[in-house]
Amino acid sequence: MSNVQIMTGNTAATMGARLCQVQVVAAYPITPQTSVTEILSQLIEGGELKAEYIRVESEHSALAVCISASTVGARVFTSTSSQGLLYMHEQIHWAAGSRLPIVMCCVNRGVGAPWTIFNDQQDSIAQRDTGWIQIYCRDNQEIIDSVIQGYRIAESVYVPVMVCYDGFVMSHTMMPVDIPDAELVAEFLPPYKPHTILSPERPMNINPVLFPWRRANAEGLMCDGYMEMRYKLQKALDDSRGVIVATGQAFAEAFGRDHGGMLLEYKTDDADVILAGMGSVATEATTAADILRKEGIRAGVVGIRVFRPFPKEEVRDVFRKTKALVIFEKGISYGYEGALCSELKAAFYGTDIQLPIHNYVVGLGGRDVKARELAEAVRSSRDAIAAGETEPTTKWLNCITG
Amino acid sequence: MKEKRDESISAMATPAIGEAGKTGGWRDMRPHHDPSKCIPCIKKKASCFLCWLYCPEGVIKATIPPEINLEYCKGCGICAEECPAKAIVMVHEEENV
Repeated sequence: MSNVQIMTGNTAATMGARLCQVQVVAAYPITPQTSVTEILSQLIEGGELKAEYIRVESEHSALAVCISASTVGARVFTSTSSQGLLYMHEQIHWAAGSRLPIVMCCVNRGVGAPWTIFNDQQDSIAQRDTGWIQIYCRDNQEIIDSVIQGYRIAESVYVPVMVCYDGFVMSHTMMPVDIPDAELVAEFLPPYKPHTILSPERPMNINPVLFPWRRANAEGLMCDGYMEMRYKLQKALDDSRGVIVATGQAFAEAFGRDHGGMLLEYKTDDADVILAGMGSVATEATTAADILRKEGIRAGVVGIRVFRPFPKEEVRDVFRKTKALVIFEKGISYGYEGALCSELKAAFYGTDIQLPIHNYVVGLGGRDVKARELAEAVRSSRDAIAAGETEPTTKWLNCITG
Repeated sequence: MKEKRDESISAMATPAIGEAGKTGGWRDMRPHHDPSKCIPCIKKKASCFLCWLYCPEGVIKATIPPEINLEYCKGCGICAEECPAKAIVMVHEEENV
């Protein structure tokens, strides 16, 4: 039986955390994430969610509290945006290195200077190399579902999961959301088992200084050096691909909704041109593809759902079939191009995939991204490609300067 | 890289003597104790023990005379700095006193 309610993305995120019976929440308010912290504190204060809400003075402390609580065996949740995420940066690395299955919502917002409170994905893209799994949601339904899936993934592979969704475009926009049944969620998500049990009977020093080489501890047991520990984190992320896909399939069986494992394909089977993007851009691109199809241009969309670990095999499979690729992204790696563009090109290296790629930076700092503008960009890229322009160039869509 | 059977997916250490190895090997200078100047040795009763109190490595025992475990003493010299009777002085490892 479905239980569809109309709600914002932020409410959907809190519903997800509540259904997962999180035990500790520590978060610091920042636009556009603030209502996540407000709703959770109300739920906890009102006794509707049996959890401890720990008030902190900063995002750095918020994640530090989550790390500590997760270490002693609690299922923890936090959320942030933009400058808050950047302020956490050091602890973001620490959480991954400690292999703690924390789930954090990143409500995507542009980064200062200059100040913006509006949406782009520069904040979470900047956290790409921290060792977290990153999931980008395309609508509010996917937010609640990804939080639930996120805990199952994180607690299977002991890697933290960042559930990213676009600020305002989703965080403050009401959409119908089917709330999963609490008993089914409890079945889907077994209780959290920490990888290391801390107890007063067996005191331990967690994350001590490691030396460059492996060495025997006082008990004579050979212990890994720093580099071995880091290799294990890399391997965990590499191996998590299978778990992410399997979790998506198990979720689809249990709840009847499939958001794609690593990526979502829309009308790609016969597509001559594919629009690629993450988050709300991918959703808007599906409308653009429909506009183009009405004109006889066979367009499809690939929404990259999981950015880390990167879906290398999946993108090879889908883009091998098409003739051109147009990437739209709400972020840029300054001095080069969009990060997603670089990742996709790298995934094709050494294969027979030699299609022309065009890259558009769109919607920075909340500038509206309209389907008809995406469609127009695809038209102009098709013309340029037909005229022989196959060298990828990064264009700034709807940007007047320059 | 060859797969290991190691189950530890996060780094950890159990507190134990010698967990960081025989840290005495790090030492460049070592503390030399002179009982003829040491307050508890002269008074023949438990007193002072500032060396024991200040040692950051916990390698000095509050005994008469105070015992310094040179297997783990890193040679920081804090005991010598704090000793009010100058009963401890730091000497180079190769020096025979």
